Amino acid sequence: MIWLDTIVQGILLGGLYALFATGLSLVFGIMRLVNLAHGDMIVLAAYLILVLVMTLGLSPWIAVLIAAPVMFALGWLLQRVVLNRVLGPDILPPLLVTFGLSIAIQNALLEGFSADSRRIPNPELEGASMALGPINVGVMPMLTFASAIVVIVILNRVIYATPLGRSFRATSDDPVTAGLMGVEPMKVFAVATGLAMVVVTIAALYLGTRANFDPAIGPARLIYAFQAVIIGGLGSLWGTLAGGIIIGVAQTLGAAVNPEWQILSGHIAFLVVLLIRPRGLFPRAYD
Amino acid sequence: MMLTLDTVSKSFGALTVTDGVSLSVPKGEALGIIGPNGAGKSTLFNLITGNLMVSAGRIELMGRDVTRMPAMKRVRMGVGRSFQIPQPFEGLTVFENLLTAARFGGAASHDRAVHDCAEILRRTGMLARANQLAGDLSLLDRKRLELARALATGPELLLLDEIAGGLTEGECRTLVDTIREIHAAGTTIIWIEHVLHALTSVVERLAVLDFGRLIGVGAPDEIMASREVREIYLGIEV
Repeated sequence: MIWLDTIVQGILLGGLYALFATGLSLVFGIMRLVNLAHGDMIVLAAYLILVLVMTLGLSPWIAVLIAAPVMFALGWLLQRVVLNRVLGPDILPPLLVTFGLSIAIQNALLEGFSADSRRIPNPELEGASMALGPINVGVMPMLTFASAIVVIVILNRVIYATPLGRSFRATSDDPVTAGLMGVEPMKVFAVATGLAMVVVTIAALYLGTRANFDPAIGPARLIYAFQAVIIGGLGSLWGTLAGGIIIGVAQTLGAAVNPEWQILSGHIAFLVVLLIRPRGLFPRAYD
Repeated sequence: MMLTLDTVSKSFGALTVTDGVSLSVPKGEALGIIGPNGAGKSTLFNLITGNLMVSAGRIELMGRDVTRMPAMKRVRMGVGRSFQIPQPFEGLTVFENLLTAARFGGAASHDRAVHDCAEILRRTGMLARANQLAGDLSLLDRKRLELARALATGPELLLLDEIAGGLTEGECRTLVDTIREIHAAGTTIIWIEHVLHALTSVVERLAVLDFGRLIGVGAPDEIMASREVREIYLGIEV
């Protein structure tokens, strides 16, 4: 029963990793941009929610509704003003710019909030659990996993059944031809980054309510996100969920054997998948 | 006037690929462009669509200066084009390719776009392929999709770039019939083509490009009988 519990906890943890990764996957899938500041954007969104909760006395569930459009606007502006200028055949400029952005965000947060670790208060659900057959699972991990599924279902719906999604896919296929069909790739990229920031805000809600965070933890979230995206297959959102689950289960199993092995087990699982399926489990064509 | 090119030039470094081309195309005309490989025909299309910006000269579309206008805005003004090497959105179905062009290029409402795209698929013989991924299409179907997608933008000026190349005689005849229909409906057409019998059966005038220069414009019979054209384009010593 302990093993079953461990695996279930790992699967639910995978939901959080999938939320970390989905925005990254969306942006990469559409504009082939690897955003090295993605983890820091999650932390930034967590601080934004924290500020809204602490200053306005809001519930974190209400605060996220305010933070999401703010983060959308921030992502849109970031893409329009900064990232669109460095996108091109050379992948190095956007990597350098987002790396610099990562450092800038970390230092700005450090300046504004100090290095103390913080947590978004969520007294109603913090310790709540429910019986799931023979095991008990936390309500927050369940909500995290459910949110990951809802986010992926909605994004897939947007991508495959709306004009906006068709413009995403057309631009992803060939931005020059898309331009000649009336699609404006730079606007499409800005909307995609805005959407990714909305997902980042949802991920930040669960990151900040389930665990402590500080300005320096962004890069580690980025690594989990990367691993989930690569295991799942670049650009595949359901694959990203599968990737998150694999890392989550590997981490909880590793921790069950020896608590020091938790993070290492996740990395080993990532390497094993890379060795067996270098293109990931579900390359984009199958999404 | 649908299109006016005023001493349009394009250079890449020291290489001039379009050299002072001046040309006017009245509304409703079908103009053919011929010339040897490397004459700058596709570059001229890229300049008209805004895919490339001119190095010098001026381009007017329906009386409006569009010289510095980006490609997506020219599409919305009514410039549709097909590519010499088909460039469908491979991850989209045939119908989605058209819908994207109709919604963004033609600025049509959803219902209107769906109706128009279905009609275009029927006219271009692609209805049976509507739900097939464009990346899985044969060369002929890719060419048809090129034409269909260009039509979906609702063009007033349609630029066709070697659309008949690589087709069988029967396929070519079907294509020519479709292009005639489009032209008869009032669409202005500029057609680059090496399949001369197909081209001359549709167009009212022929323009000849050589080394980026416009060396002649006139009725197809006149142009094909011209000594200079026969020497330069057909390589025939006369």
